[in-house]
Amino acid sequence: MSNTKTVAYKAVQVGDKLPPLEIPITSSLIVGGAIASRDFTPVHHDRAAAQAGGLPDVFMNILTSNGLMGRYVTDWAGPDATVKKIDIKLGAPNLPGFVMTITGEVKAKDDATGIVDVAVVGENNVWGMHMMGTVRVALPKEA
Amino acid sequence: MTPEEKKVFMDKIHAFVGMEMAPPTKGPDDVNKAMIRHWCEVMGDANPVYTDEAFAKASSKGSIIAPPAMLQAWSLEGYPMHSPSKDEALLDNQRKLHKVFDDHGYTGVLGTNCTQEYFRDLKPGDQVIAHTVIDSISEEKATQRGIGHFIETVTRFTDQNGEKVGEMRFRVLKFIPNESNKVESAKDEGKPEVPTRIASPRGHDNAWWWQQVDKGVVPIQRCKNCQTLRHPPRSMCGECQSIEWDFIESKLEGEVFSFVELHYPKFPGYQYPLICAVISLGEGTRIVSNIVGCKPEDVKIGMKVKGKVEQVDEKTMLPQFYPA
Repeated sequence: MSNTKTVAYKAVQVGDKLPPLEIPITSSLIVGGAIASRDFTPVHHDRAAAQAGGLPDVFMNILTSNGLMGRYVTDWAGPDATVKKIDIKLGAPNLPGFVMTITGEVKAKDDATGIVDVAVVGENNVWGMHMMGTVRVALPKEA
Repeated sequence: MTPEEKKVFMDKIHAFVGMEMAPPTKGPDDVNKAMIRHWCEVMGDANPVYTDEAFAKASSKGSIIAPPAMLQAWSLEGYPMHSPSKDEALLDNQRKLHKVFDDHGYTGVLGTNCTQEYFRDLKPGDQVIAHTVIDSISEEKATQRGIGHFIETVTRFTDQNGEKVGEMRFRVLKFIPNESNKVESAKDEGKPEVPTRIASPRGHDNAWWWQQVDKGVVPIQRCKNCQTLRHPPRSMCGECQSIEWDFIESKLEGEVFSFVELHYPKFPGYQYPLICAVISLGEGTRIVSNIVGCKPEDVKIGMKVKGKVEQVDEKTMLPQFYPA
């Protein structure tokens, strides 16, 4: 679903919540994300390597978590928004069979620059917090 | 490690601080539409400025841009990453540093933080060159995963004109895996273990209570001498000091005496929203339990509730209370 509308800076309030997004985690998503980000570290595509590292299966690489976090905020903000910064703290790994729910809330606004900070949390249904952090995005003053 | 060995190790790792990880690396491919489309396909990112030429042209971007989160992807080595050289001399400084850790038992590695800043949008035809420096190595820290050190690298990304287009701080933990984690992974057969609630404490004075709950009964302890009811279970009656007791079965009818909603941190194995309440039972004692079957905002002090024993996860039977 393509979002062609951009949110205007003045329409955003601190405390606004973004619609939650559920991402089913599959081997295909984990491997696909690793390869799309050119990250061929074996633990992201080779289950035996992941198990040698102490995890039961391949797990999502950080670039994919980053990509999903960025996507989550621009899905809401729209195509004319500009992502300035993604600051992410990593928690429990995302493994095949999990479902990650991403939620977000506007935490700060800067009138001078039109910049908005969105706090984003991605929690999986088995091991809890996978990622939490802030996406800083510049919005046009008026849409 | 003896204190002397530890000092040698610390000196070895600290010698890496400030070093360039490798000579500046230009990605094998310039920013290009095919890799952007591939990324968007996997991420489920339908932002039209990444893939729809006509839309992007008419937008404030002026042309197709790359998703900012792809920043690092443009400079990664790709397929050779799956098997780094066995020849130590050919390893980059980061891999050499990791090898020092590996050789001292710090075999675990875990990414913990990543901060990326983007100074301009990247467009097809742009080149991305990564300059990475090993910025800091922490003192030894005890973490949930095991004892280890945090290594922080800083990468500056420049373009074909030498202009800075982005920056990344990346922190990993190199750690000695905990024995307990090893045991857990050894018994794994490719299925992640689903966490369960914290196990009930079953000591000398209260194991009998939980054993009844396992059978679906919520008991209330009763003094054999003066008939006073008491909960939680304990060895002596507070009224008459008798240590003789039996129990009755609670009807699990009562009202909310007090409650709290647990928000953060979320514990694996628990279902949220999670309401923890003190219930005044009809029999006269109180019990700590969960309120389920209604929205958190509908829970009120004084609300009538009715409980039943339920299996809440693979290992746990617990009384749970519903609005009556």
